[in-house]
Amino acid sequence: MNPFGIQEYPDYPISGAMRYEFSPYESNGGSIVGIAGDDFAVIAGDTRLSSGYNIHSSTQSKLFQLAPLTVLASTGCWCDTLSLIGLMKVRLQMYENTHLKVMTTDAVAQLLSITMYNRRFFPYYVSNILAGIDKEGKGVIYSYDPIGHCERTTYRAGGTAGPLLQPVLDSQIGFKNMDSTETQMPKLTKERAVSIASDTFISATERDIYTGDSVLINIITKDGVEVKQMKLRKD
Amino acid sequence: MFRNQYDSDVTIWSPQGRLHQVEYAMEAVKLGTATVGLKSADYAVLVALCKPPSELSTSQRKIFSIDDHLGISIAGITADARVLSRYLRSECLSYKHAYAASYPVSRLMTNLGNKMQATTQRYDRRPYGVGMLVAGYDDKGPHIYQVMPSANSFSCKAMSIGSRSQSARTYLERHLASFKQCSKDEILCHGIQAIRGSLPSEEAAKKEESLAQLNICVAIVGKNQPFKILTEEENTKYLNMADELAGSVIHLKSDDDDDQPPQGGDEPAEPGPSDPLVDVPMDLP
Repeated sequence: MNPFGIQEYPDYPISGAMRYEFSPYESNGGSIVGIAGDDFAVIAGDTRLSSGYNIHSSTQSKLFQLAPLTVLASTGCWCDTLSLIGLMKVRLQMYENTHLKVMTTDAVAQLLSITMYNRRFFPYYVSNILAGIDKEGKGVIYSYDPIGHCERTTYRAGGTAGPLLQPVLDSQIGFKNMDSTETQMPKLTKERAVSIASDTFISATERDIYTGDSVLINIITKDGVEVKQMKLRKD
Repeated sequence: MFRNQYDSDVTIWSPQGRLHQVEYAMEAVKLGTATVGLKSADYAVLVALCKPPSELSTSQRKIFSIDDHLGISIAGITADARVLSRYLRSECLSYKHAYAASYPVSRLMTNLGNKMQATTQRYDRRPYGVGMLVAGYDDKGPHIYQVMPSANSFSCKAMSIGSRSQSARTYLERHLASFKQCSKDEILCHGIQAIRGSLPSEEAAKKEESLAQLNICVAIVGKNQPFKILTEEENTKYLNMADELAGSVIHLKSDDDDDQPPQGGDEPAEPGPSDPLVDVPMDLP
């Protein structure tokens, strides 16, 4: 007994005493995939929002259009996602007000990185992939870790099925680890990128319980964003 | 209006119960080029005369977009206008972030009025030397507000401020009854017609043949229409439309031009010479 009269228990488990731990984080599941081409970028995310073995929603989009040619896919802890997106929208609007122009995708990428690092000691538990068209008209993908480390890549898979999907993208798009005599691989077309993205989600749905219901695909070109939706297994 | 011993400080009352510094600040608005605001049932429109101070320079920005549902047109000290528009933008953005909704226009005006009033009651601040016409659209419909350096804001059906704005006001009063039923094109043309009278008389005579060379800036906000400043092509299109609608009636010089020193009005009879102009160097937008 301590001076306040409150019973204190040691850290190790004791029979008869229940410990309730509060964690500020929760994984709400979901997966995202981003693929960049010469003049397009494809970003896809499933629409399932879950908590443990329960499903909150099967129609929740994880793709957020921050600018006419920039889309952010965010998965992980949903409350952190919403908070981060709210903050990014405000910052983008402030930029437009001051500079009288829309932020370029590369600028948004850097801004997202520093915004996330600002929370270095209580991170946003989100896995981000930013897709867009850069100022030269090329498709671009930036992928992030929870504290804002930013990397420009050609393709990336994130979320709960990220580890399942990344190797598939490595072989199909990166042609890595293939025994092949071809020196020049075929250029990635928009149609192939979209079909690879949808196929990877079908596979992910089979093996990852947190991924499924449907997948939303945003195809970003210099003319804007085209949206496609595909049904996935609901189990 | 003239210089007297009660006008050195904004915290000094005159024996007649007036704050001269605030009134002098209102004079700054009359130095700016004219701007007109008017509204129909679904749209609010701002038209501003963007005359450059010299042949060599470009004109000052008169119309500022604040949020999707709101924009302002200013007359007076542009630097003060920039500070206030930065404040309005940040208020609208915080509101949107906190409540996922647009800041209702009347409440934003009250908020702005409170901020501007603080400068009329402190010895270490001066009133903002800018008058604004605010065009906004919220679920109560379109709004036109006039905000003055005295921190007063008035909701108006139509208004014009700035130099030579009396002729625009006369035009607006004359056509006020028809505004409510106007379509988007018609209300834009009315705005352009209204501001036409605010050109200096020699220029108005030169431009008799066609309005198409008028240096104006036009903005619109309303139902399914986020705040938008019209492009050069759209400007020309509406200038030509207004030309056709105008017909042959051209007024070159307005009646009761407000270049003259202000008349008696609510002023008690004060002896002494009249103050010609506030001799403070400032930017003329």
